[in-house]
Amino acid sequence: MDVWSSLMDGFATALTPMNFLYAVIGVVLGTAVGVLPGLGPAMTVALLLPVTYALEPTSAFIMFAGIYYGGMYGGSTTSILLNTPGESSSVVTAIEGNKMAKAGRAAQALATAAIGSFVAGTIGTALLAVCAPIVVKFAVSLGAPSYFAIMVLALLAVTAVLGSSRLRGFASLGLGLAIGLVGMDSVTGQRRLTFGQPLLADGLDIVVVAVAIFAVGEALWVAAHLRRTPLHAIPVGQPWMGKSDWKRSWKPWLRGTAFGFPFGALPAGGAEIPTFLSYVTEKRLSKHPEEFGKGAIEGVAGPEAANNAAAAGTLTPMLALGLPTNATAAVMLAAFTSYGIQPGPQLFESQGALVWALIASLFIGNLLLLLINLPLAPMWAKLLQLPRPYLYAGILFFATLGAYSVNLQAFDLVILLVLGALGFMMRRFGLPVLPLILGVILGPRIEGQLRKTLQLSAGDPAGLLSEPIAVGIYVIIGIILLWPFAYKLFRRNRPAHKPLVPANSGAADYSD
Amino acid sequence: MTSLTTGLKGRSELGVALLLGAAGVLVFLDANGLVTPYSKSDPVGPKTVPFIVAGMLVVCAVLLAVNVLRGGKGEAEGGEDVDLTHPADWKTVLPLAGAFILNILLIDWAGWVISGTVLFWGSVLALGSRRYVRDGLISVALSLLTFYGFYLGLGIALPAGLLEGIL
Repeated sequence: MDVWSSLMDGFATALTPMNFLYAVIGVVLGTAVGVLPGLGPAMTVALLLPVTYALEPTSAFIMFAGIYYGGMYGGSTTSILLNTPGESSSVVTAIEGNKMAKAGRAAQALATAAIGSFVAGTIGTALLAVCAPIVVKFAVSLGAPSYFAIMVLALLAVTAVLGSSRLRGFASLGLGLAIGLVGMDSVTGQRRLTFGQPLLADGLDIVVVAVAIFAVGEALWVAAHLRRTPLHAIPVGQPWMGKSDWKRSWKPWLRGTAFGFPFGALPAGGAEIPTFLSYVTEKRLSKHPEEFGKGAIEGVAGPEAANNAAAAGTLTPMLALGLPTNATAAVMLAAFTSYGIQPGPQLFESQGALVWALIASLFIGNLLLLLINLPLAPMWAKLLQLPRPYLYAGILFFATLGAYSVNLQAFDLVILLVLGALGFMMRRFGLPVLPLILGVILGPRIEGQLRKTLQLSAGDPAGLLSEPIAVGIYVIIGIILLWPFAYKLFRRNRPAHKPLVPANSGAADYSD
Repeated sequence: MTSLTTGLKGRSELGVALLLGAAGVLVFLDANGLVTPYSKSDPVGPKTVPFIVAGMLVVCAVLLAVNVLRGGKGEAEGGEDVDLTHPADWKTVLPLAGAFILNILLIDWAGWVISGTVLFWGSVLALGSRRYVRDGLISVALSLLTFYGFYLGLGIALPAGLLEGIL
């Protein structure tokens, strides 16, 4: 079946009244939690996982798709109106967006963010629909050695490239891999790290781990440093844009999309790099460079588009290879596994209807976001005034409920608290959370591929290099790992080199 | 002694290194205790990956300790509601954890409606709300709603506990 007819089938599934309803719920819920401080799309999907066990997988994933895009959009609203970005990907949006809001142009900032998100999301989803089957075609020819290499690359890239300290990234990854080891070994049935505790034999439920690290850790961390005088949110009316705003926005939208999608699709994707690149590019190309730093609309339009295109890009390796590169994709992957669906290139074969319904619902979700959120923006802004005790008590309440309802055993809540404390500690000492979650999810699968590889080569380690793709990937891994050392050498030899980033355009700008 | 204590002051991050090291040793000892006959169909065996992970954790622990002693510092995570200018407020966190633990102890015996009420009410109070009655009513309402919502909507029977027969 070609892409077009599969996609049309997907639309047919996604547009049944029930599934459409779930898409609406997902979009509204996603935006709400995206707007609320302290909540992100990854946490929301994790909290909702137990609830959706009662649903059909297709409906659940349609809802997750809505939450994913809605969360992205909601995050930008918060950063524009509050000037304290909750996610690293909306840091750049806050730079110009909040200046615009302070200058009384909040309506235009929100409008260009919403419409830019729609444009980028739609183009990004279309690229996803076209690219994913191509990646799949390529991926089915890969064997265990290549998969092992690709997964190692994804783990190392996320750990080494993102975040400010590689060392702390690797520490977090190590903890995640250790957590992933807990339970019965799938090949020999040996119990690892269970300490004779029968309840640990099945391993730690990924829902419990994700809820603990994202929700409980976050709630405890915020509680320890709660702002006693809440930030002042800038009130806003109906978002709209004038003719000149449109004229200044449409090119940054397209350029932002071009930055965002490829970066999102790479194993070390993420939205930080493309949003930043987009910001720098717009600043350079703008006819109004003097407005940058004072609220230039291009500086909202470009990064916001890049952010959403990256979100779509991230789904390409997730669906085609079973390889998550951000937190939300990781939790969605965990959801696939808990439904008994094996992610990877076979997904398009075995669960084609589900995958295409998911992609179709991404298009629908995007359109819904635009239709729902333009008129509702003032209401979302009011949500920012929710009293903080209720917000964080609610997060703890629903985290407990979600984790408990998976197995109905109080023991899971003990794990929730212990790992929540771990999440607290990681936030306190700057250990990034993402490598841990990816380690928990990918660790067991990497081990599986490793053992399969050496089983095929009868224990000969050369089996790891038996596929050309694998060899190529190890070269890339080598470059990523050695890059900082090479860079240091380079700097030592040429001490008088210019800083890569002009000092006044960096993230330090949003601190006022 | 005094030079040691001043040297350790403000270096609480060494605790993280300690934790990583302990985790590494634990993973190593656990894997080392596994008894596995060599098998041709599984040349890697269940020990190899734990050994790698253990090694990684220990190396990270050592490097982190060196980094911290040299003055390196992890950047505490910011956020919309996070104000890093004041130190950690344990008077909020500990009661919050207390409410959480109380819920764990109560949930199987007293049931979700009671333990959930305790959890939410306790958390709201710990976080600084002082409208005792309104908070209490909201807590009861939330617990009841989720209890019936899960039972009727999702077919998940949360424990009724002490209120068995009433609910």
